[in-house]
Amino acid sequence: MAQSLDRLKESPSQTAGPYVHIGLTPNFCGIGGVYASDLGATMVNDKTKGERIGLKIRVLDGTGTPLRDALVEIWQADADGLYNSPVEMRGAADPNFQGWGRCPTDMDTGLCTFETIKPGRVPFRDGSLMAPHITLWIVARGINLGLHTRLYFSDEEKANAGDPILARIEHRVRVPTLIAERQGDTYVFDVHLQGEKETVFFDS
Amino acid sequence: MPAESGSNRRPETGAFFQRDRSWHPPALTPGYKSSVLRSPQKALLSFDNTLSEIAGPVFGHAMLGELDADLIYNFAKPGESAIGERIIVHGRVLDERGVGVPGVLIEFWQANAGGRYRHKKDGYLAPLDPNFGGCGRTITGQDGGYAFRTVKPGPYPWPNGPNDWRPAHIHFSVFGHGFAQRLITQMYFEGDPLIWKCPIVRGIADKAAIEALTASLDTQATIPMDALAYKFDIVLRGRRSSLFENRLEGN
Repeated sequence: MAQSLDRLKESPSQTAGPYVHIGLTPNFCGIGGVYASDLGATMVNDKTKGERIGLKIRVLDGTGTPLRDALVEIWQADADGLYNSPVEMRGAADPNFQGWGRCPTDMDTGLCTFETIKPGRVPFRDGSLMAPHITLWIVARGINLGLHTRLYFSDEEKANAGDPILARIEHRVRVPTLIAERQGDTYVFDVHLQGEKETVFFDS
Repeated sequence: MPAESGSNRRPETGAFFQRDRSWHPPALTPGYKSSVLRSPQKALLSFDNTLSEIAGPVFGHAMLGELDADLIYNFAKPGESAIGERIIVHGRVLDERGVGVPGVLIEFWQANAGGRYRHKKDGYLAPLDPNFGGCGRTITGQDGGYAFRTVKPGPYPWPNGPNDWRPAHIHFSVFGHGFAQRLITQMYFEGDPLIWKCPIVRGIADKAAIEALTASLDTQATIPMDALAYKFDIVLRGRRSSLFENRLEGN
């Protein structure tokens, strides 16, 4: 016998279930007066630096039906590519931008909307720049472990072509599943949980 | 920067341990029917964390209201309180190295003592409690510790099999220091025979993993003549040392 590594195991995940709103967006589901507002509902203020953009996200199941009980969180860098996080060593991020947002999918349409800013470029591990992107984390009834993926931007073709994460996708026909389509100031992004157009999800 | 406030130690910037996906329930667990059409089927794209996964949002204690960690009173009318077994749930948020994770937001939600959620999608015939909302939140202290007060939720039937019941449980949403540590799970109660029959729980293959989600009755932490206590530790992914890796700020 050798020494024990003395490590713990991560708590196993369990689904967020159909009532995730009660815990994470109580005002959205009619539980008022506990929190002044739902966390992550507003990402920008008048002083936030950067180009204002909207995101319209849907999450579709294996039949193509939008989920109406999912919850999406996003995490992104500021306009200069800096994260508002203690591990950010390259400088101070915009104090008027936390970089994190949360939105439940609409109970009728399944649509999830964010008002945010376009993120700057963040370095990869080797110091080269990744294309601008937003990290997505998706939970819902029927999802046993939160799904991690990224949203890239259709008008960043050159940066996308050089992105080290997109470059790792073996089946190139799947790359477009991570690219949101620009329509005016809004990017439209459908997440497909299954099927021919299944989104590339991450294990990172 | 809650972890390091008042110290001149550098924050940890290492990537997180690889997730042991055989320990978690797989995406497709057919006994839990909702997973069938909502489970990705293609291989995941694996890569070591970049700064986008290593970094994560910070939430300050200033956002917390006085009753945020007290579900017995945070929705109740003045002078009234929620109905049910009064309990305290406490524990620590640790990482896989056994280190406490300070300054992280925990949010929790649950059914009332009768097993009914305050949600328009829940039509169970058990009544709503006018004094119970079912949500709460707190932020871990310097040692990763947390505690909140609530009533013990009831078990309830749910539409899956013709006669499936959820064991009593509390949902937990936990942030870590990096977004790759983000986790949602459920806490079960020691001794509940429904745990081992539940199709959602049974998505987890390893008995030890299920036990890791089962809170112990903690008689040392009870308040005499007032509330029982359950202890529930939560473990997040561990962080690698960056001592011998390239510094994130560039080479």
